[in-house]
Amino acid sequence: MTLSTPAERAGSATSSLGAILAAALLGAALIFTAGLAQSEALHDAAHDVRHATGFPCH
Amino acid sequence: MFKRLISSALLAGAAAGLIAALLQFVFVQPVLLHAELYETGELTHFVPVDHGEASGSGHDHGAAAQTPEASGSEAAGSSSHAAHPGIDFARDGLSVLFSLVVYAGYGLFLTAAMALAASRGVEITARQGLIWGVAGFAAVQLAPAFGLSPELPGMSAADVVERQIWWLGTVVATAVGLWLIAFGRNWAFWGLAVALILAPQLIGAPHPDEFFGPTPPELAAQFAGRALGVGLAAWATLGLAAGWLWSREPETALAPQTA
Repeated sequence: MTLSTPAERAGSATSSLGAILAAALLGAALIFTAGLAQSEALHDAAHDVRHATGFPCH
Repeated sequence: MFKRLISSALLAGAAAGLIAALLQFVFVQPVLLHAELYETGELTHFVPVDHGEASGSGHDHGAAAQTPEASGSEAAGSSSHAAHPGIDFARDGLSVLFSLVVYAGYGLFLTAAMALAASRGVEITARQGLIWGVAGFAAVQLAPAFGLSPELPGMSAADVVERQIWWLGTVVATAVGLWLIAFGRNWAFWGLAVALILAPQLIGAPHPDEFFGPTPPELAAQFAGRALGVGLAAWATLGLAAGWLWSREPETALAPQTA
């Protein structure tokens, strides 16, 4: 943590913030698809997992 | 960095998703399938069972009152024995797949949060990861379950979109609250954290005007306890794995992105 120079840290802060946001967005997309989307086919396929992981289902 | 973030998150998510699926099949699925027998009317609750006879031998008056389609059938009755339906490859295969997808999603969020903390000088190790995982469980499963217990099929519930909005709001508020407790520097942050965690519970989850579900409360209680237990195990795995994978290459985590 303390090995990087301030300049490196500033540079990494910008690039890593983008990567962090991108990862979080991808995660949100997966969770929405598997847990929250109300399409009939998705609901039926993910039914048991939604119940077991505590998502509101029906 | 993005590539490393994604690979740590997906590996940790796969481990957690597999464990969640395995535990679900052993502990949760039998309760769920048992409840579906009540949901579809194959079994009925509140039917007087004559213990002198074999249960399930038909109590037509009770069955006719509650489930018209079951009247006259042999199947009516209440049984505390879990169904043993064996493995349904299509259905259970989809459950494994979606368990992997859900925990991959949670893994991405958790790893992203770890990366954000690491970029601010917080040390991430496997041990720290375990705490992160338990905190994630509290935000994503325990806090929503405090207002909306994990739903057994057949339970009566309010409008699904309203519940989803409350669920999402609760998860976000609790996660931000836990983050402020962990990384806030003074009482103002901690006070805000407590307010954020309490607010959705004080507002209250949407519930139906009346309860009319056909499933026995014994099953629903068992389901809720087991769903939370499996969730804790899966989230502990997720945090441990994510923290461990992250700590393997700490220097690249902070290095400027080259790719």
